[in-house]
Amino acid sequence: MSTLDIVLTILGMALVTLITRGFFVLPSRELPLPDWLSQGLRYAPVAALAAIVLPEIVMTQGQLIGHWQDARVFAALAGAAWYAWRRSILGTIVSGSLVLLALRLGLGW
Amino acid sequence: MPTPPEAGAWNWRHPEFKRGVSDMAGVAPGIAAWGLVTGVAMTQVGLPLPLALAMSLLVFAGSAQLAALPLIASGAPVWVVLMTTACVNLRFVILSAQWRPYLAPYPLAQRLRMSYFAADLNFAFFMQRFPAPRAEPAQVPYFWGGTSLNWLSWQIPSVVGILFAESIPSTWGIGFAGVLALLGLTCSMLHDRATAVAAAVAGCAAVAAYALPLKLNIVVAIAAAVAIALLLDHGKPRPAMPAEDNT
Repeated sequence: MSTLDIVLTILGMALVTLITRGFFVLPSRELPLPDWLSQGLRYAPVAALAAIVLPEIVMTQGQLIGHWQDARVFAALAGAAWYAWRRSILGTIVSGSLVLLALRLGLGW
Repeated sequence: MPTPPEAGAWNWRHPEFKRGVSDMAGVAPGIAAWGLVTGVAMTQVGLPLPLALAMSLLVFAGSAQLAALPLIASGAPVWVVLMTTACVNLRFVILSAQWRPYLAPYPLAQRLRMSYFAADLNFAFFMQRFPAPRAEPAQVPYFWGGTSLNWLSWQIPSVVGILFAESIPSTWGIGFAGVLALLGLTCSMLHDRATAVAAAVAGCAAVAAYALPLKLNIVVAIAAAVAIALLLDHGKPRPAMPAEDNT
């Protein structure tokens, strides 16, 4: 991305975030929310996050990783397991990072 | 439109302002850690210092920022990044519908300010403190107490992360902490079978369609996941069907 593109991206993201946070607060009149829309809205956030996260974990330069000695996979598994156990996002970050660090520095993966 | 309740004079010594601060204080370390991770990730992805600072201060939405970074790094078009931001932020649209009865009476300029500051955890604490959906004078100092602490405990570590990211060796993989934060957030959204299926479909579709240009794999993945989840919601249960084929 060029610097101009990044500036536009940041300004656009700021605007999109303000509009979504104030979507039903900013208009002076009540907006009706159709059922199908509110149902679709339930699934889009988790879908968007999963779509970004999984390729970051299992792919390298556009290719699915072909071997199992990848620290990211084990770090992500550790983080997910921690979340299932303790329901803590902070714990997910810490446990996953520790596993990543241990495998990278300890085993040189 | 109803007239706003008379808030009266209040400052940071107001008991509701203090209460807003103390409610938020328990989760501030978690917010701070995530802010730090986001700040580091912004620098490590190659954003120049002024742009990273601008993103932190102007966008002020951690998951959207973390989600946008890999897309920016891989040169995705602006509209794909913005569409992804909108999708990741859709939860705010749902929350804003519940904010409305509390905030609607105030002038537009104030609603704009409040909209910028109204983050997820502020919503959670506010709705616990004021379950009845109507505007009350005590809500204004409470709102600003909680949002002030939330904003500071996010922005200060984020700026620290931006400034000091380059002194951290890249082999430590601190940038991956951003992915882990998103992973934890994704896990926290898996409430039932439909959301779990949506996440699985989206993840697999994003990997399978990775070769698409313009990062369109993200768009394809979201569309596929929402469609499958809505089908699961609306499809009649058919007990005679064989077990799910998860290939």
